[in-house]
Amino acid sequence: MAAASSPGNRLGTSIWRDALYRFSVNRAAMISFWIIVVLAVMAIVIPIWGPHPVDAVYWDRILIAPTLENRHWFGTDANGRDMFVRTLYGARISLTIGVLTTLVALVIGVTYGAIAGYFGGRVDVVMMRLIDVLYAVPTLFLVIILVSAFGNNFLLIFISIGAVEWMTLARIVRGQTLAIKGKEYMEAAHALGLPASRILLQYILPNVVGPVVVYVTLLIPINIIVESYLSFLGLGVQEPFTSWGRLISQGSGEMEMAPWLLLIPAGFLTLTMFCFNFMGDGLRDALDPKNR
Amino acid sequence: MGLYVLRRLALTIPILFAVIVLSFWLMHAAPGGPFDAELIDLDPKVVESIRAAYNLDAPVWKQFLDYLGALLQGDLGPSLVYSDLRVSQIIATGLPVSVTVGLSAIAIGFTVGIGCGIAAALRQNSFVDYTVMAVAMTGVAIPTFVTAPLLILLFGLYLGWLPISGWGGGDPKHLLLPVIALALPKVATLARITRGAMLEAINTDYVRTARAKGLREWKVITRHVLRPMLIPVVSYLGPTIATVMTGSVVIETIFGLPGIGRAFVEGASNRDYPVVMGIVIVYAVFIQILNLLVDVIYGYLDPRIRQSYGRPGMTTAGAGLGRSK
Repeated sequence: MAAASSPGNRLGTSIWRDALYRFSVNRAAMISFWIIVVLAVMAIVIPIWGPHPVDAVYWDRILIAPTLENRHWFGTDANGRDMFVRTLYGARISLTIGVLTTLVALVIGVTYGAIAGYFGGRVDVVMMRLIDVLYAVPTLFLVIILVSAFGNNFLLIFISIGAVEWMTLARIVRGQTLAIKGKEYMEAAHALGLPASRILLQYILPNVVGPVVVYVTLLIPINIIVESYLSFLGLGVQEPFTSWGRLISQGSGEMEMAPWLLLIPAGFLTLTMFCFNFMGDGLRDALDPKNR
Repeated sequence: MGLYVLRRLALTIPILFAVIVLSFWLMHAAPGGPFDAELIDLDPKVVESIRAAYNLDAPVWKQFLDYLGALLQGDLGPSLVYSDLRVSQIIATGLPVSVTVGLSAIAIGFTVGIGCGIAAALRQNSFVDYTVMAVAMTGVAIPTFVTAPLLILLFGLYLGWLPISGWGGGDPKHLLLPVIALALPKVATLARITRGAMLEAINTDYVRTARAKGLREWKVITRHVLRPMLIPVVSYLGPTIATVMTGSVVIETIFGLPGIGRAFVEGASNRDYPVVMGIVIVYAVFIQILNLLVDVIYGYLDPRIRQSYGRPGMTTAGAGLGRSK
């Protein structure tokens, strides 16, 4: 603490290095991190070089329970498709949607929040009122309206989810920005006559990164769930694509005869939720100023 | 206090109006209508008269004003798909189902969740604490569309104890599984919130003072810890109650309950716009009322907040906090 705040020390790198260290000794967070990495790599590799092609249909092997025979490790579904490959193909889409929607939310939320907080006054009031209005309608309702009104291809789904989930992020960034505004270095920046865009990018953004990183880690699983809800209701990704939500939905239709069709994708989804939650907790502990 | 409530009510009117404008605009910007499939082969004259019957031939601003006028008289318009039903009838039949299931789930979440949270906080870092937190973490991480089929599989299909689907005219046996599935994440979230808030309250100076002056421990807890602890709980409960009362879309779909959550999904996929808009507006009204209630309850729980009611520029503390899906 004393060393980190001494004038000769580069405060910025040191804080981040501290955070990285604190994260790396958090066992639950690190294990979660590696599980996600392994899952992501498998999601990329297995549908390409897995034991079966994604679109292979084995009419003679329908609803087979998990077995080593014919390398159907997770069994087959009602159409005779290999569940191991399909689960990881679902992982590919679920994870991609989780990350892309969060990126959309990140860009909108950070820009919106920083502008509202930085300009303050009437701009802030109007921008925050708009968020109040959107908050008056539940997220899932909004996404369902957007998706059913404008179609449910891959691109529109992730734009719809991202366009709805940015509001909390905007509030966080606005709060941070308001807190930073009173600081001396901001006055110095104004005194130097820097343009607003430069102040936003160089002075405000670096200071909001901490809470934003934590929230983003928690937003990825939320968005995966939102997409799964959509797919579960039949409004999400359509064949030949699949996602965990779709697999769970199909699995719960067959669960009496073939419970593994439900249990396997549900297990994968749950594991992923746990990992992101542990990572989010770990990051929050690592970046929490109270721990410095 | 009364003035504060009036001022808050005045604030909600523009919000509700904006919600109506927004959803009306979205519905009309959407490509395609409910009659697209049926109208292709029909005589243009028939098409014209159908559109006229639903006021779809008027200019959009006129449609909006007509809608608004009817809305002020409590009429949400006709359903475009079920031609003999009004939207208000659809909502009136669905709402009791959703409210029954939702409020039962909230009651369970409130008692069990808060109970577990308090138990965990009073014995921090004990076996009880770790168990409660592990279970709560699981409850938060697993979505309802996973727990619901698992509950059906276990209690409905393997054990055969409970019916797996349908409303059964409000028969408690039919309600048990959907209520439990809906309550689980609420229990988990409330246990986490309660534990955190309680630990924070226990470590404050005024609790140390209360203990130092020799107050008995249970009195410290009931008088100085429970009240501040309830603030985050209340801000979570407000919007959550609004959400569950207007129907859990997924739970109602899985268990085949005729609530308004299912009516909403059906309406959205049938492009039955008046139904969708009607339910969105009902929800928006609910959430505004509950947010107002939350802010009023804050005042009872925390005297510092009560004082700020008199001041201009007070924050609407309840709005948006602890928003749930």
